[in-house]
Amino acid sequence: MRLGSPGVWFVAPALSLLTVFFFAPVGAALLLSFTDFDIYALGDLSSLRWIGLGNYQQLSSSLQFWMALRNTGYFVVVGGPLSVAVSLAAALLVNHRLVRWPSVFRSVFFVPVVTTLVAVAVVWRYLYHPRYGFLNHALAVVGIAPVDWLGDPRWAMPSIILMAVWKNFGFNMIVFVAGLQSIPRRLYEAAAIDGAGAFRQFLHVTLPALAPTFLFVTIITMIGHFQLFAEPYLMTQGGPADSTLSLGLLMFREGFRWWNVGYASSIAFVLFALIACATWLQLRLRKP
Amino acid sequence: MNRAAAVTVNAALAALAAVTLFPLLWMLSVSLMPANAALHLPPPLLPERLTLEHYRTLFAQLDLARYLANSSLLAIAVTALSLVFNTLAGYAFAKLRFAGRDRLFRLLLAAMAIPGQVAMLPLFLLLKQLGLINGYGGVIVPGMAGIFGIFLVRQYALSIPDSLLEAARIDGAGELRIFLSLALPLLSPILVTLAIFTFLGAWNDFMWPLIVLADSERHTLPVALANLMGEHALDTELMMAGAVLTLLPVLALFLALQRYYVEGLVLGSVKE
Repeated sequence: MRLGSPGVWFVAPALSLLTVFFFAPVGAALLLSFTDFDIYALGDLSSLRWIGLGNYQQLSSSLQFWMALRNTGYFVVVGGPLSVAVSLAAALLVNHRLVRWPSVFRSVFFVPVVTTLVAVAVVWRYLYHPRYGFLNHALAVVGIAPVDWLGDPRWAMPSIILMAVWKNFGFNMIVFVAGLQSIPRRLYEAAAIDGAGAFRQFLHVTLPALAPTFLFVTIITMIGHFQLFAEPYLMTQGGPADSTLSLGLLMFREGFRWWNVGYASSIAFVLFALIACATWLQLRLRKP
Repeated sequence: MNRAAAVTVNAALAALAAVTLFPLLWMLSVSLMPANAALHLPPPLLPERLTLEHYRTLFAQLDLARYLANSSLLAIAVTALSLVFNTLAGYAFAKLRFAGRDRLFRLLLAAMAIPGQVAMLPLFLLLKQLGLINGYGGVIVPGMAGIFGIFLVRQYALSIPDSLLEAARIDGAGELRIFLSLALPLLSPILVTLAIFTFLGAWNDFMWPLIVLADSERHTLPVALANLMGEHALDTELMMAGAVLTLLPVLALFLALQRYYVEGLVLGSVKE
């Protein structure tokens, strides 16, 4: 880089900030994950020891870690596609030519996206209340027995997924609508001339044309879902019986509650590796 | 046939809109109910008697004004500072030539997949060394630059015609001058978008302020509300009022400027 080049001076402040406060910490996290950095090292760095893969060995024999991995996987594999499917359905509806007020509906569906999760958690905890909650009340009306949404290990994660879908689907919906609107009208006209009905047009025109949008949406959604933290932190504290404990929450507890910084860094790195692999896989699979 | 389809589509949308808005409207309704009125069967939809007592309690006894001020201060500071740094960088990545530019930009794009949680532990230790933990700086400083912001500005800046900048260069204007007087006005729509994005993100952020701000007098609204959930778990109506106050500023901002927000979202998602 030529130092005199103005471009360098323009990018230097932002890149320096990113390097110091993001890239260097990411690198440091990898190094920390090979040490036994704990609450003692926090006060006196000389007690820090290099333990190689020790933290990762400890992880592999920790039942809680496997539980967190399983729960995070559950949230990504079930919650992610569900969220994308609802977004696509909403986008197809909003974009339908017979809709009366498309922009009003678009705004309404987008409202939960801009809301603060903590505030939303307050309401949803009461919607899920086993005795006074609206959900069980609605179920009772149609004669279904009440469910202990957040208190039953089988239902806690589905409850969190449902809330997350409600909160997030508007974001991907907007992206899908933009993708739908960029499909040339003549493709549909040509398909109609060939005798394709609405469903076959969707299958053979809409879906292939949306492929790039799909790739973007699935990757963004997947990365977001892997980082599950605030929902279980606020709704269930990871319970009941660790059924909503995520990797993000486990890292937070080990690192910022118990100051097992080395161990928590290894959890963070497993998360990083998972996201990197999954993203790479998505890009590979979708390559035309 | 067309009529039936129109009714079906619009009815489906109306149903989805009702499900989307219900939790938020119910939050508002419960926040106006007298204490313990919400815990009845069947769950009440509307208050029998309107009261603002919970809002009064929040301000008079639970120091809500302070959290409101903290949240505003942090969100405004992060927005203003990051706007400066991200705009400079995003413009340069689009319009100024320097060695390694495109490789550097691709690197930044790839880094968008790195989860923020990975950096948090070392970042905490670093900020502790710098004496920024438990102060506003601990939230503001790491938020001063962001890859997404740089990306968004760059995408928009690509549309500025090179001939315009060239003409100014031939007239002898320096790059900083060209940026300030020529590029900045052209970039203003995307800057509004980025400002809303950043403000909403900073206001709604929960995990990092929870980690960095230990003293309750520096807590942001979301962190304070989460504590309230722990301490006043049984005061449903009070918590709903706190939730309403947390949402009000962001909802107002979104509704006022949603056009910019949605356009920016589309721009950010369109592949190069």
